[in-house]
Amino acid sequence: MSQPTSASQETHDSRHVHSHPTGDSAGHGSFKSYMTGFILSVILTAIPFWLVMGKVFANHETTILIVVAFAAVQIVVHMVYFLHMNTSSEGGWNMLALIFTLVLVVIAISGSLWVMYHMNSNMKPMSAHDMRNLP
Amino acid sequence: MSSSASNAMSNTEPGGFYDLSGSHHPENGTMLGFWLYLMSDCLVFAVLFAMYGVLGGSYAAGPGPKELFDLPVVAVNTSMLLLSSITYGFAMLEMARNRKPVTLIWLAITGLFGAAFVGLELNEFVHLIHEGAGPQRSAFLSSFFTLVGTHGLHVSFGIVWLITLMVQVSRSGLTPVMQRRLNCLSLFWHFLDVVWIGVFTFVYLVGVLR
Repeated sequence: MSQPTSASQETHDSRHVHSHPTGDSAGHGSFKSYMTGFILSVILTAIPFWLVMGKVFANHETTILIVVAFAAVQIVVHMVYFLHMNTSSEGGWNMLALIFTLVLVVIAISGSLWVMYHMNSNMKPMSAHDMRNLP
Repeated sequence: MSSSASNAMSNTEPGGFYDLSGSHHPENGTMLGFWLYLMSDCLVFAVLFAMYGVLGGSYAAGPGPKELFDLPVVAVNTSMLLLSSITYGFAMLEMARNRKPVTLIWLAITGLFGAAFVGLELNEFVHLIHEGAGPQRSAFLSSFFTLVGTHGLHVSFGIVWLITLMVQVSRSGLTPVMQRRLNCLSLFWHFLDVVWIGVFTFVYLVGVLR
């Protein structure tokens, strides 16, 4: 009585392992999700290049802001559709590591820019005489 | 020391609170571990981006982005990497259907797109160096070559990894081990595309505007 049940359990398990070799970790994309991500990426790439190459806005700051915003959206699109990021994969550890990394990235980049900008602007101006007598 | 540790392990009742046998994590550890590697790689690129942000305006009276960067070539380069991303996705879909030959074909196409990307980038580098705008010209060019070169090096290693996996898949088939390896490379490949979004936006597009 117990023999057949355990055997069927085993075949079920092996089939399960075969169809999901990585367990329930990585959400696998479908053709539709990959194509959605691809088409969105093409649009989100083409518009910034068009804005810059076609000189659509006379004001450069406006263009920079829009281009950076498009990049941020495209990174999210890639994360969701290509890297299959979600809050539940690996029990949320993927997302936690990502958030931690993003915090470090923001600190590293904004901190460097902030500190180095003020270092530059607070430097003693150098005269042509000083420049010639550099060590 | 180790024998007492293993005794302690064997004394624990199976089915206790601690899952020492690891039976409940079939192969999940690899994907999480690889994700953590990618996050550390992300920090490497963050530091390089910060360096470029600090030094990107120091031309040392040399040429700046406006004179050096050829945006149509960058657009072609970007589309090569984007196309390689979607073809890798198709390879993963075919892998899920357990169709080995089609998977290998899509992997080969992915490798060709990746090689085209690296080729175009090397061509750009050679062109810049011949113009006298090599990495030693100014702080801007040093940081540019370091940032973009590191990304290109990653793609090159990705191609080597891709070819290795293609050989392994053609020999041993789409076994669970091979599927796990292809999953890791999938994360790596798409991650490099994410980094490239930052490169083409902040280095090329914003550089030309500044």
